[in-house]
Amino acid sequence: MTDFEPTIIAFVCNWCTYTAADLAGTSRLTYPKNVRMVRVMCTGMVDPQYVIKALLEGADGVLVSGCHPGDCHYINGNFKARRRIKLLKEILPQFGFEPERLRLTWIGASDGIQFAEIMRELVAQLKTLGPSEAKLKMVI
Amino acid sequence: MAKTAQIDVKDQDLLGALRGFFMAVLDQDEISAILVPWRLPMKNRVMPTLITDPARLDGADPLSPAFPMNGAKVVSRLTRKASGGKIAVVLRPCEIRAFIELVKLKQGRTEDLVIIGIDCLGAYRNTDYFNWVGEDIGASTKAFYTRVLSGKGAAMDGIDLAPACQACEFPVADGADVSVGLFGMDTDSRVLVQARTQAGEMLFLNLRLSETEEPPERKKAVDALVAERIAFRDRMFTETHAATDSLEKLTGYLANCINCYNCRVACPVCYCRECVFLTDVFDHEPSQYLRWADRKGVVKMPTDTVFYHLTRLAHMSTACVGCGQCTNACPNDIPVMELFRTIAHRTQKGFDYEAGRSLDEKPPLSEFREDEFDEVVGIG
Repeated sequence: MTDFEPTIIAFVCNWCTYTAADLAGTSRLTYPKNVRMVRVMCTGMVDPQYVIKALLEGADGVLVSGCHPGDCHYINGNFKARRRIKLLKEILPQFGFEPERLRLTWIGASDGIQFAEIMRELVAQLKTLGPSEAKLKMVI
Repeated sequence: MAKTAQIDVKDQDLLGALRGFFMAVLDQDEISAILVPWRLPMKNRVMPTLITDPARLDGADPLSPAFPMNGAKVVSRLTRKASGGKIAVVLRPCEIRAFIELVKLKQGRTEDLVIIGIDCLGAYRNTDYFNWVGEDIGASTKAFYTRVLSGKGAAMDGIDLAPACQACEFPVADGADVSVGLFGMDTDSRVLVQARTQAGEMLFLNLRLSETEEPPERKKAVDALVAERIAFRDRMFTETHAATDSLEKLTGYLANCINCYNCRVACPVCYCRECVFLTDVFDHEPSQYLRWADRKGVVKMPTDTVFYHLTRLAHMSTACVGCGQCTNACPNDIPVMELFRTIAHRTQKGFDYEAGRSLDEKPPLSEFREDEFDEVVGIG
């Protein structure tokens, strides 16, 4: 499993986690290239179907990441996101998706270092977990 | 607390007594019309029908095991704006619970509405019902309710209640304004009428019903039925979970799906005015299919069947009332209800929510608290 490179789809909010990723870049921090970022205005606009589609299309992990509680640019979008992730975490494991494949984090705009650390940790976890069943078997 | 009365059944004619009750309701000045399951004149079928002429109530048939659609959708249509009159609607408990969900989603109103719920005897699958019902619906309905109410079960002529009904732990219409009780009653001589809300009490007063007590046998009978249903339900959960606990198994479970979306149309709580699966988002370019096929050498057509069901689970499972119309509507015999109820049980429990329980509880995804569900945040 050493040569397995997981694919991670990250839905990151414009105001916090995307900015943190930007900061990580401008600070010349390194982190694995496995993560494909999708910039959204707010985690509150991440419909569960985006997560489901990413997983069914073969993403090994999906990360939704936004502002810390209280810091949402739209006041409460991240709280709505948290309920949707809670919902998905009730549904997806029923069908064999490991809970580790869906993550929600709060990474603030100034958390460039944390961003890089979390990416490294996520990739390490997914490498241990191995490729997703969807990637291996799904024919859509 | 609920006001309770009994109405007499004359000549052992239970259906006649219920029709008489509906007539008395329609006779009220404030009630303009009554929606009730009704025997169609042209064919041996029962459909929800809006009636203003009391004489036409002789075709009312709320006890037949026909359940062609979830009436919540009809009531939603009737109440989304003021109609200029007050309507009484006769619904099954699952229809009432679905309607409560729709009201919370602003797709129906309880103003100018009186909901009458009758103890639900259950229903057959659509196709079973069509094959079973004789030319004389009256005789078929009577044979059905006589058998169920005598405690012999609903199975007859080689068919049984739809699995949704066998797994339904809500045979009593708790959400109604006025409920009619049959279980645990001597239905040859009387049935129970209970006012459960203020609107119900108003009607109760206007009908000049005299208050009595609920007979103690009733609670016992209802509890026993519910226990039996829950046992069936839990077996269904276990079996369905075992049949779908990996993506490969789920794909097999849904293998017959052809994206007809009948389950979505039949679902009373699939509330989107325009479903995302009917939008341009899924109007893929032909070249897109080739790219998908290229990736693994194959792509099953139609695409996105599992995606559709998972998305629907995410969108509506917290509102699922388990009426089973999805299974009824499936042209390819996928046990949709079994899957959706199994998952809905989880998701509703996860939010400490029960679809259709109360108008006061907001749908889980329409509210949030600042301090909750911390366990889903972070990378472990």
